[in-house]
Formats: sequence, C-alpha cells, structure tokens
Amino acid sequence: MTLTQNIQERKALNFKKPIIEIKNLKKAFGNHIVLNGFNLLLFEGENLVIMGKSGSGKSVMIKCLVGLMEPDSGSVKIMDKDIATLDQVDLDELRTEIGFLFQGSALYDSMTVRENLEFPLRRHKHKFGKITDAKQLVTEVLESVGLAHTIDLMPAELSGGMQRRIALARALILKPKIILYDEPTSGLDPITAKEIIELMRRVQQQYKTSSLIITHDVDCARVVSERMILLIDGINYAEGTFDVLKKSKDAKVKAFFK
Amino acid sequence: MLKLIQIEAFFVEIGELTNFARRFFKELIKKPFEFNEFLKQCYNVGNRSFLLVGITAFIIGLVITLQTRPTLEEFGAESWMPSMVSISIVREIGPVIIALTFAGRIASGIGAELGSMRVTEQIDAMEVSGTNPFNFLVVTRVLATTFMLPILVIIGDGIALYGSYLVENLKGDVSFPLYFTKVFNALRFGDIIPATLKTYFFGFAIGLVGCFKGYHCDKGTVGVGLAANSAVVFSSMLLFIIDFIAVFVTDIFFEI
Repeated sequence: MTLTQNIQERKALNFKKPIIEIKNLKKAFGNHIVLNGFNLLLFEGENLVIMGKSGSGKSVMIKCLVGLMEPDSGSVKIMDKDIATLDQVDLDELRTEIGFLFQGSALYDSMTVRENLEFPLRRHKHKFGKITDAKQLVTEVLESVGLAHTIDLMPAELSGGMQRRIALARALILKPKIILYDEPTSGLDPITAKEIIELMRRVQQQYKTSSLIITHDVDCARVVSERMILLIDGINYAEGTFDVLKKSKDAKVKAFFK
Repeated sequence: MLKLIQIEAFFVEIGELTNFARRFFKELIKKPFEFNEFLKQCYNVGNRSFLLVGITAFIIGLVITLQTRPTLEEFGAESWMPSMVSISIVREIGPVIIALTFAGRIASGIGAELGSMRVTEQIDAMEVSGTNPFNFLVVTRVLATTFMLPILVIIGDGIALYGSYLVENLKGDVSFPLYFTKVFNALRFGDIIPATLKTYFFGFAIGLVGCFKGYHCDKGTVGVGLAANSAVVFSSMLLFIIDFIAVFVTDIFFEI
C-alpha cells in the first residue's frame, strides 16, 4: 500500500489526523545505506509498532524523527511542523510534546529520581506555571508507574525494570501528546518485560497519547500494536495489523513471526 | 604516510576544538544561565582538587627550598631564599604545576563523566526533553574550571610558600614574619597579575578540553576511557602552549 493510498484510505474512514508524518527518509553512513526512502504516518491516539531486526535502522529513524540526527533527505513533520525548518527554540518547544523512552533508560545518574523527573519541569516552567507544583506532578507520575517510594533513590540503586519505569515516568512528566519507545523491553527478563508492556498499555489509556514503539520483541508488538510497520532494507517493507502480517506468505515477513 | 594522517587528524582536532570554543561563547550569552549547576560544579571542581593541590604545593615549596639552599649557602646568599622562592613559585612553578595537577584530576573527570553520559544517551535525553545540554553541561563546567583554578593557584602558592618557610625555619631559624615580609617585599604586581591572569586561561583550557573530549565521545565504554585519557594529554600540552604565549606577552608588557 503506498503512502498516498494509506492517507486517502484513512481519510475515507474518517480516521484521526496524522500526528507524525515521515516522507521518503534517507540516511546513509558512508557507503552503508540505512534508510532508503522510509515512510510513516502515525495517527492521533494510535499505537504504531515498527519492527525490524538489529541494525535495520530503527534507532536511526527515531533519532531523525526527534532531530538528534540529520537525515540525508526526506521530510519529518510532527504535529504539522517540519522539524527541518524549525529554529532551536521552536524545536525545543515541540520536543516538550514528545516523550522519549530510551533503550537503556538514560536516567541522569548523578541525580535522584526526584531530580530526574524535575529536570524537564524546571526548564519548561511556562508549561506548568509555578514550580511549587512540581512535587505534586512528580508524585502523581511516579504513582502512575507504581514507584512512588523510590523518589529519593539514585538510579544506580534501582533494578533494570525499575529504571525503565522511572524513565517512562520522566517521559510522561511533561504530559506529552506523543511517546516514542526505543526497544522498551530489551535487556529485561520476560516477567519484567511483560510488566513494562502492561504499563505501556495503561499509560496510553490514562494519558491518551499517540505511541510509536520500536521493538524486535514479537510479544510486545502483539500486545501493544494497533498497526505495525516492518522496516526491512531501509524501507517500510510491510504494513498492517499484527494478525494480518503474521499470516503473510512473504519470506522476509514470516521470518519475524517464527 | 601514517604520520601525515596523524598530523592531519591533529589539525582537524584543533579545528573542532576551536569550533567547540566558539559554540561555548555563543551559548554563554544565551538564556537561561544554569546558575545552580554552575555553583555545584564550582564546589565539585574546587573541593575535588583542593587536597591534591594542597599536598602538591606544599611538597613543591619544601623541595625547591631544600634543593636550592646548598647553592645559596655556598655564596652566602641564604637571605635571598624567600625572594627567590616566592618569585619562582608565584610567577611560574605554582601556576604550571598546580594547573597540571588540576588537569590530571579535573579534565579526566569531566571527560569521563560527559563521555559516559554520551554513550548512555543521557545527553540525548536532555536534548529530547527540550533542554540545551551544551548550556547545562559544558558552559557550567568550563566556567567553573575557569574561576576555580585561579583560586586554587592562589591558595596553592600560599601553601608552597609556607612549606618553604618551614624548611627555612628548621634550617636557618627564620621567623614567620621575617620570611613573609621578605616574600612580599620581593613580589611586584608585575609578578602577581600576569601569573594570575594566565591561570584563568589555564582553567578555561582544562574545562574546554575535558568537555570537548567527553561531549564528542563515541565507541562505547572504550571511548569513555579514551576521552578521559586524551583530555589530560591534550589539556596538559595546551597548558604549556598557553604558558609560553603568556610569558611572551608578559615579557613585552612588563619587561621581566
């Protein structure tokens, strides 16, 4: 299905408008082509999973999406704003609408959990009014991930799963419209991974966010996805729901579900 | 061929460091200024180096006096000891040795800290949260080293002179007031001001190189080690270049 067909079909179904739109994204490192014309549409309130094997360019794509990496060509629009045309102030403003859960949690290890969560708040006071409200917001968001008791601990004192949940709490603290998950279950044991997946579902329902989930975990994709894109050879090779893709006869697609 | 590549890489690095310095001045005037982080870094940088600087300076004072004394005694010029030691410590040995000690302690620390933040995506996390990581991490650290090194050098000079006084007191029965009266009589503004001014440049170079190496760290945990190591090597080399320029300029304006 082409991108244009996809948009038209969605519009015809009176689906919500796209909140992220990636067109013909290309990125190469020297002679190694990572993304070769990748397209993506994420609609409001949707959970979209991008699956691909290691080194297929998933993380590169998500970094291009938030402006951490500059693509060679193509366009990235978030909430109708082309990020290539934004100045730093506007880009930072737009980033407050995006929560990012990093693969390794990326908690600031010199700060306590409270300071980690207050860090983005203190820098975007205008969005939340007085900073005296910070404590309430921090407690609220920590409770939503079930870790209110860790507020004064250092990240090094937390387990991998707890760190991932705190990282999710930090991504949620600015009340973003979009959450990007980069391999949310990687490096976790199966039980903790299930807890994180469950938490992602709960967060999506509670905060009404649109989610873009990058993973190679089939269980995670099955539970959280409403729609999936398979990133193979630098392009969106196949697209559809989990069940549709699982029944595909294409060898490359089938390889993911073995 | 290999040497040519190494020379080219060296000049590329100098160019990148210059760009990094330019970005520092650009970000310095941008709001918001992270004042709390700056104070925290001043405390970290000063506190972490104080003991090392103090011990190093004390030993320098002792050693210089012990080694110079026999020669001065030979000429019956022991009374010149406070003047000689004070001028050599305040003008050159104090700033350079303390800056080198500071570079070993702080440049490597900053390089490793920012390097590990880079490889664990903490810097990316800051950027994605709409915060300027350069402003928060680099500007505050470079300013902290720039302002803390001169203070450490002044304290270190004092400790070195006290070490020198102890040797003079034990070997030559010189009193504390007499020793330090001679020290202050010997020192001129032409000795103190250029020596203090150059320590600001030393501090700036140490902070800048430490941040530069850490901020641009890659290759995982191996890269963190390399960043810490090369931060010390590069900043130490830069210190001697700055010292040469400072002495050269001082020679023109103050006629040593």
